[in-house]
Amino acid sequence: MYTSDYKIKAVLMDDKSLNRTLSRLAHQIVESNRGAENLVFVGILTRGVQIAERLIEKIEPIEGRRLPLGMLDITFYRDDMLRKLKKPRVQATNIPFDIDGKVVMLVDDVLYTGRTIRAALDALMDFGRPARIQLAVLIDRGHRELPIEADFIGQEVKTTAGEEVRVKLKNVDGEDGVYLVEALSETKIQASQ
Amino acid sequence: MIISKHLLGLEGVQREEISLILKTAQSFKEVLTRPIPKVPTLRGKTIVNLFFEASTRTRISFELAEKRLSADSINFTTSGSSVAKGETLKDTVRNIEAMKIDIVVIRHQASGAAHFLAQCLDAGVINAGDGQHEHPTQGLLDMMTLQEKFGRLQGLKVAIVGDITHSRVARSNIHGLMTMGAAVAICGPATLLPRDIPAAFGGDLIVFKKVDEAIRWADAVNVLRLQLERQKSGLLPSLREYAMHFGVTRRRLEAAKKDVVIMHPGPINRGVELESDLADSEFSVILDQVTNGVAVRMAVLYLKSGGEQEVVNGNGL
Repeated sequence: MYTSDYKIKAVLMDDKSLNRTLSRLAHQIVESNRGAENLVFVGILTRGVQIAERLIEKIEPIEGRRLPLGMLDITFYRDDMLRKLKKPRVQATNIPFDIDGKVVMLVDDVLYTGRTIRAALDALMDFGRPARIQLAVLIDRGHRELPIEADFIGQEVKTTAGEEVRVKLKNVDGEDGVYLVEALSETKIQASQ
Repeated sequence: MIISKHLLGLEGVQREEISLILKTAQSFKEVLTRPIPKVPTLRGKTIVNLFFEASTRTRISFELAEKRLSADSINFTTSGSSVAKGETLKDTVRNIEAMKIDIVVIRHQASGAAHFLAQCLDAGVINAGDGQHEHPTQGLLDMMTLQEKFGRLQGLKVAIVGDITHSRVARSNIHGLMTMGAAVAICGPATLLPRDIPAAFGGDLIVFKKVDEAIRWADAVNVLRLQLERQKSGLLPSLREYAMHFGVTRRRLEAAKKDVVIMHPGPINRGVELESDLADSEFSVILDQVTNGVAVRMAVLYLKSGGEQEVVNGNGL
């Protein structure tokens, strides 16, 4: 949960380096899958969808076609429903294609505890039986609580629990950039654990 | 926004909360179209369906919503229960609550039963219809259906036709729709029109004496079930006369807007309040109402579980 009170400690990516990183990820994804034949993208709302869309745009000139994109809201699969947390607003899941037998590229902005990805994997399984699920993230900030790793990583960043990685994207935030910030209020720390 | 853990009626519920429930219901409607139409959201929660009054559709709809959310649910009906042995409502429910229940869904013949329970229980209370008072989830599913059909509620003209006085469906619809900015009219025989409701809205609620006027005016006509016992109590001369003067028929719809929508909360008395053929016609959204009922109830149970909570954006796990 993003808090409004924070202090920027470092700029991890500016708009140019973010663009370069996305280009590299796009090439890596296509190369490792030997093309994009069977590939579909599913972004985790909100920023995972934006990143997936940018990757699809970059893959289009390489492969000569636009890969399908689905959006996934993982709220219904969270593992903290029984705890007294704030209740998240639900966004619309929309996966307008069959994932049976497909290679699903799951995309999120930041990989942290791994709990969001666990929830996303459970959700995807309710949509069908993909041939394979791969994970692409812009930032891996460590501190995993589950045995989950990404297949494609934009940048690995060493962080402490009090820090937060904030990804800003043009379509949502009006600018491109990734920042390492420190939350100044305690609510943030509770909410992210 | 902070939302209450109870849903006792739509009277007094803020516009923002109704919008949130309707939006959340859309997400659950998508869940119901998946190959596996079930989510683990309420795993570990226990819900009791307390039905003191006969109900098919509402009870099945709640039960299905609970199962689709992975909650554990228990059904309690009065026949063959301790209620038949003379136990009071309060004792029945306090005993059930002692078994660690998170949410109680109650249908009761007495107006105010849900409010009463909310006062004596820690669990969340969802009103599934109390006497002649309110049936909030029906009001919500009607609004969801209207919003889907017309893309808006603001300014939409909705006529509610039938026995308004005794109808909890009418009351919930009136409160919900007025809050959402719709224009609402009621229409029915003078013996079945309440005086208090139009007064409560200070003239904003329109009253039509003739069903033809209501039909000509409306974007949507919500036809209420005529309870057959009203005839016995002398409020109606006969069902045939009611059908003649207030029955919604294809012939009467000729004067309506071309894309008029017909709703009915069920069960239908075919040929009394609604012409049989109309219930199955292109104007009818009656089965959409039933489908949306499950999604709306999932949204209510999701939002009301876990006590009074703040609703926020974002999903930081």
